[in-house]
Amino acid sequence: MSRALVVAIFLVLLVLHQDFWLRDNASLVLEIVPIGLAYHMSFTVLAALFWLAVVRLAWPYSHEDEDDQGGEQ
Amino acid sequence: MTQTVIVIIYLALLLTLGYLSGRMFRGNSNDYFVASRSIGPTVLFMSIFGTTMTAFAMVGSTAESFRVGIGTYGKIASSSALIHSACFFLVGLPLWALGKRNGFHTQIEFFRARFESSKLGYLLFPILVGLIIPYLLVGLMGAGSVMQGVTRGAFPEFFPSTGGAVPPWLTCLVISGVVLYYIFAGGVRSAAWANTFQTLVFIIMGFIAFVTISAKLGGLQAASSMADPSKAVRAGNMTEMQFLSYCLIPLSVGMFPHLFQNCLTAKSAKSFRLTLVGHPLAIMLTWIPCILIGFWATGAVMPDGVTPVIPEGTSPNAVLGMMVGKLATPVIGGLVTAGIMAAIMSSLDSQFVAVGTMFTKDIVVHSYGPERFSESQLVLLARGFICAIVLVTYLLTLVEPRQVFSLGIWCFSGFAGLFPLIFAAIYWKKATKLGAYAAVIGGAASWLLMFQASGYGKNSSFMVAGVMPVAIVFATCAICMIAGSLLSQPPRQETLDKFFRKRVKV
Repeated sequence: MSRALVVAIFLVLLVLHQDFWLRDNASLVLEIVPIGLAYHMSFTVLAALFWLAVVRLAWPYSHEDEDDQGGEQ
Repeated sequence: MTQTVIVIIYLALLLTLGYLSGRMFRGNSNDYFVASRSIGPTVLFMSIFGTTMTAFAMVGSTAESFRVGIGTYGKIASSSALIHSACFFLVGLPLWALGKRNGFHTQIEFFRARFESSKLGYLLFPILVGLIIPYLLVGLMGAGSVMQGVTRGAFPEFFPSTGGAVPPWLTCLVISGVVLYYIFAGGVRSAAWANTFQTLVFIIMGFIAFVTISAKLGGLQAASSMADPSKAVRAGNMTEMQFLSYCLIPLSVGMFPHLFQNCLTAKSAKSFRLTLVGHPLAIMLTWIPCILIGFWATGAVMPDGVTPVIPEGTSPNAVLGMMVGKLATPVIGGLVTAGIMAAIMSSLDSQFVAVGTMFTKDIVVHSYGPERFSESQLVLLARGFICAIVLVTYLLTLVEPRQVFSLGIWCFSGFAGLFPLIFAAIYWKKATKLGAYAAVIGGAASWLLMFQASGYGKNSSFMVAGVMPVAIVFATCAICMIAGSLLSQPPRQETLDKFFRKRVKV
């Protein structure tokens, strides 16, 4: 995953965070969770998946860096 | 009474944990301050998460949800899910690498070296410590409010002035004493161990509170149907500009001195991977129960079907304590209270260690040289300064209380406003000493002016031109950094080579 793609997805997520379209929608999902809250719960899961993708596909540290562990012991 | 006994047992467990981790303490300042950079992924994740979640996350979130509705989660928690991890990735990881390579223990050591200025440290020190004090206040005030809420009527002979509840001054005193004991026993290693244990406790107890309270209110659907529908939406509770500008608040984690120190304890870059992915999910697990409890509290009635659980005029800070105290059994109430104390103490410990480290390394050692004091004297000095700061904070808890959420936001705004400083230090080669001075002075001055204008946090709805104060502090800091840097000579090549080596590839 290229750096440009990571930045682009991050920006899209920032835009999705501003869910003005649900601003005055008081309906309850499953009669329990207000829809605005359910949306942001889904957003949180999406954010975790995004960071999982970054860790798996765009991790900036090489093996050499990874092996360079806690050298002060 | 039962709740108090359970909390006391929990505190005794923590003291034992502090004693055990203290036995692993290697007696040198490197172990005391950065645990010899030996912390692995799981403890790092739990420790960082526990540090970022405080009274603000449990007491404050419930209070704010009660006050302005479920938009509270979006404006601070879901944005944090994205932005906190971005800070760990873009700031924490490079700082870990630079810190390890150059032997930094504190943020100020990093800034002094990067901007080639010893005096910058003396300017930053009082600002960073000054901003940590409200953060410590948030923790202690939250602990006091919750304990008072759940023990109401338990000790009428001892505490008649609080209706028989354990008074906040006593809770604050005990909590401070316990945290001081276990960090004195083993420094940042003790804090990391205690955080790991406490993070598990507060996530589990938050969930238990959620299940118990919903059951008492007749189930999840019944609880939500009782709630005030006007609190199920953002409209009427917060503006879109306010919601948008709140997104800057989570940037504070990039500037927290205690998180800087937490990052330095990591064993390897790989240790951060779990934190990046797990942190957003852990935020959701912690915040959602509290947000829903606050939402339900807006309309919840006791089993008689008439009496409101939260009487009119109740302080929002007391909502979580009252919901737990009135709707859970004493045993559950005690366990949940212990969980809330866990969330609070898991932040206080790292903050205490960080202020002690900054004082020792950035003021004492920097001023008198590394040979002037022995290792054990340095640890003693750190402990002395921590005690002084705790005393100041404790005395501040005795004056007129503020809303936990509001005070927390002011503290975070200060740190988030200074984010351009750290970002430029890491990524902009042309960032200079003049730019850094201008950024710190401009950011701090704008924060102070607005904090004063808000009545020192008393006006919890304070905004400037429709946006949160953090946006103004952030913009001031960024503009000052850019202008100051462009107007001065770039740093020496030797300095740039130290901070912009190819190996830091983020």
